[in-house]
Amino acid sequence: MDISIVELSRLQFAMTALYHFLFVPLTLGLSLIVAIMETVYVMTNRPIWRQMTKFWGTLFGINFVLGVATGLTMEFEFGMNWSYYSQYVGDIFGAPLAIEGLMAFFLEATFVGLFFFGWDKLPKVQHMIVAWLVAIGSNFSALWILIANGWMQHPVGATFNPMTMRMEMTSFYDVMFNEVAQAKFVHTVSAGYVTASVFVLGVSAWYLLKGRHVELARRSIAIASAFGLAAALSVVLLGDESGYNAGLSQKMKLASIEAMWQTEPAPAAFTAFGIPDQANHKTRYAVHIPWLMGIIGTRSFDTPIPGINDLVKEAEGRIRDGLIAYDALMTYRADKGNVPADVKATFEQHSENLGYAFLLKKYVEDPRTATDAQISAAANDTVPTVWPLFWGFRIMAGLGFGFIGTMIYFFYRASFRRMKFPRGALILAVVMIPTPWIAAEMGWIVAEFGRQPWTVDGVLPTAMSVSHLSATDLLLTIAGFATLYTVLFIVEMGLMLKYIRKGPFQDVEETQTWNDAHETRLRGGAHAAPFAAPAE
Amino acid sequence: MIMSHLIDLDTVRVIWWGLLGVLLIGFALTDGFDLGIGALLPFVGQTDLERRVAINSIGPTWEGNQVWFILGGGAIFAAWPPLYAVSFSGFYLAMFVVLAALILRPVAFKYRSKRESQSWRDTWDWALFIGGAVPALIFGVAVGNVLQGVPFHFNQDLLSIYEGSFFGLLRPFALLAGIVSLTMLMTHGAAWLAVKTQGPVAARARAIGSVTGLVAVLGYAAAGLWLAYGIQGYHIVGAVAPNGPSNPLYTEVARGGSWLDAYTLRPWILIAPILGFGGLLLTVLGLRSRREISTLLFSKLAILGVISSVGLTMFPFILPSSTDAHSSLTVWNASSSQMTLFVMLVVTVIFMPLILLYTAWVYKVLWGKVTEADVAGNSHSVY
Repeated sequence: MDISIVELSRLQFAMTALYHFLFVPLTLGLSLIVAIMETVYVMTNRPIWRQMTKFWGTLFGINFVLGVATGLTMEFEFGMNWSYYSQYVGDIFGAPLAIEGLMAFFLEATFVGLFFFGWDKLPKVQHMIVAWLVAIGSNFSALWILIANGWMQHPVGATFNPMTMRMEMTSFYDVMFNEVAQAKFVHTVSAGYVTASVFVLGVSAWYLLKGRHVELARRSIAIASAFGLAAALSVVLLGDESGYNAGLSQKMKLASIEAMWQTEPAPAAFTAFGIPDQANHKTRYAVHIPWLMGIIGTRSFDTPIPGINDLVKEAEGRIRDGLIAYDALMTYRADKGNVPADVKATFEQHSENLGYAFLLKKYVEDPRTATDAQISAAANDTVPTVWPLFWGFRIMAGLGFGFIGTMIYFFYRASFRRMKFPRGALILAVVMIPTPWIAAEMGWIVAEFGRQPWTVDGVLPTAMSVSHLSATDLLLTIAGFATLYTVLFIVEMGLMLKYIRKGPFQDVEETQTWNDAHETRLRGGAHAAPFAAPAE
Repeated sequence: MIMSHLIDLDTVRVIWWGLLGVLLIGFALTDGFDLGIGALLPFVGQTDLERRVAINSIGPTWEGNQVWFILGGGAIFAAWPPLYAVSFSGFYLAMFVVLAALILRPVAFKYRSKRESQSWRDTWDWALFIGGAVPALIFGVAVGNVLQGVPFHFNQDLLSIYEGSFFGLLRPFALLAGIVSLTMLMTHGAAWLAVKTQGPVAARARAIGSVTGLVAVLGYAAAGLWLAYGIQGYHIVGAVAPNGPSNPLYTEVARGGSWLDAYTLRPWILIAPILGFGGLLLTVLGLRSRREISTLLFSKLAILGVISSVGLTMFPFILPSSTDAHSSLTVWNASSSQMTLFVMLVVTVIFMPLILLYTAWVYKVLWGKVTEADVAGNSHSVY
């Protein structure tokens, strides 16, 4: 097992997944916002809403296609770079991926073409249904990929089969209704809704600052702030649910996010600030908020949260236990499965910790020959690098609360202050456009970097999961993806900015005519300033 | 009783082997003409408007068609994990090339008409050409390699170790298979253009398609002869265990005889190559005599015949190893567990008919020829 292959494979996966995840959140949210806008159009029959649907739909399309293109890489990269992982857990992990294709991708991809090409070919209501099917399809795809990912974080409903040397599914129900997966799903799609809301809000604010497309911008802000407020509340609440679940299933991840080296008496304090020092297992300059962590992590005042040092000790015990299972497994292998009952019983009794014995593969070919020092080193490996988790989490959570504040403010101004926004607030909304992406990428890092050293928590170490490739292979593809993705990023940003600057360009005359008439109606002879009623 | 035991393991394995074929054929039938049109694009369209007509003939539907490819990956992962693991890691650099080409394609479709500049559009036309021709060629090369056996073995942990190289894939027989695949899909794309377009684009498509169709027929025949005289087959030694554990290390396999022995064992499978040859020849004739709808049907039959002939000839092998025959993957040693296969079958039985239904509805809504006037008149909403 060549460490550099493992590191290069991880680099490539992180690179391609983080890049893919630049486009996914906006797709998730914007598809829904566009469908909502079109629904308002169908209900009110006002041309401005059709123009809004088409305008945001154009931006959605520019973003969507890169989500699709970079998603191709994800679907095949497991086999290309993580072939041992694929062989070892494909029986469970492959199923949600295939269902994602059947249930979600076909739906969104078949109807997304009709959304763009079908304006003149479909009656209004049918076209609106098409928009909703695209939104539902993209959201379903998030559900299934997070069921797959949830299983990596919290592998339920599966057991190791020594005959086939791999994990096999024992309950599809458990895999599907994995509580970690469900919490992650709602957290992730909510993050997507926040991303799209902040995007729509920011672009609309820019139009208001420039005094362009005011009617479109005001109505868009009305939708984005209401939708965004609900989403921002949901993303933080469900993030908290994820934290609670991590406390149940991935104690090491939780302790690392908190840089909590020692087990603390309940209810544990939350470290708001600090500099984690991995080498000495200490956090310097820590600022604590009493009780908060215990409440988030355990939903109680009296359950202690185990610290990193205690978890390492526990891991060491599990490695030694796993070695018994490993030894029995070698008998299975030698006898091609025809083993006596006692070996079978021994294996079944200890197989839960088999994955921990695999941690030693990094140090010795045969884990049974590992020295005490190697076992202790392997136990230490179960601690992920703490500082990216500690800081990634704090940036993400801080931004999450920022989104709630922003959305409350804009929702209030839009609903109760006649859409009057101070210039400073509009500038802030424009500046905030990149922040949900930062939060989303941090979220990925906390979830997946925090899963290390495992690909499947407690079952399969990352170091064992890779394909048998050469460093040259990997360097070539890393360079290839980096080049291709950089070019595409520049092209995409260029087009996005071009079409934002251009503004709505479809149905212009019709919308203008209606708008003039609408304003006259609203003035109704009096001299009140025209405004867009958010609830129209 | 556990639900998944309603269907025996060997039966559900054969069903999933069949579904693997359905997915590959579904991919070739739908995304196949998109790839073919990509490869034809520089030749059927001389002006920007003509190229836009060709692109818009698949504009609203290529995205849904492409899902067949993605689903193919997902379904192989779910139903045949060792196949997914061995083939994609083994063909690593070739897979990267396919991915890079296929990543360019969606972007090219979507972005090409978003700027007026000619050099911008020319660049994306290249991307569409590469995104069509390269995967179409490489898929065939991959199939050719599978028929010859792929150099890999499993170690005791069941980690697959590939011993070949990227250029090692480009063996003469594999290249021949690549040419068959490329020309077959180009012919399919031409048949689609003949239905969906008119004027010079349709005329050029018919002319080129009847040539590529002939090349495909000749290539397919040559590959058949090559299999008969130049390439050894594989067979399982000793008792076959269709219900055995999915562990390739338990199987005894030897090389010898010919793949075409399958036609003496199961003479009925002769239907597949007959469909392949007949379909291709009728497509060529149909393109020449301007029978558009039936030509498209013939082209579909041709693809059905050619792809299923490969699977039926190799059964029960799905990925034989040329360096360690015992590591070969077969229907009996490379599947998922009975439960996963059963669950996935239920999901497929529910969703596949729905997918076919709504896809058919979308094609119905979009039915009719794409003309230069349509494209020029709707520049905002079409590609």
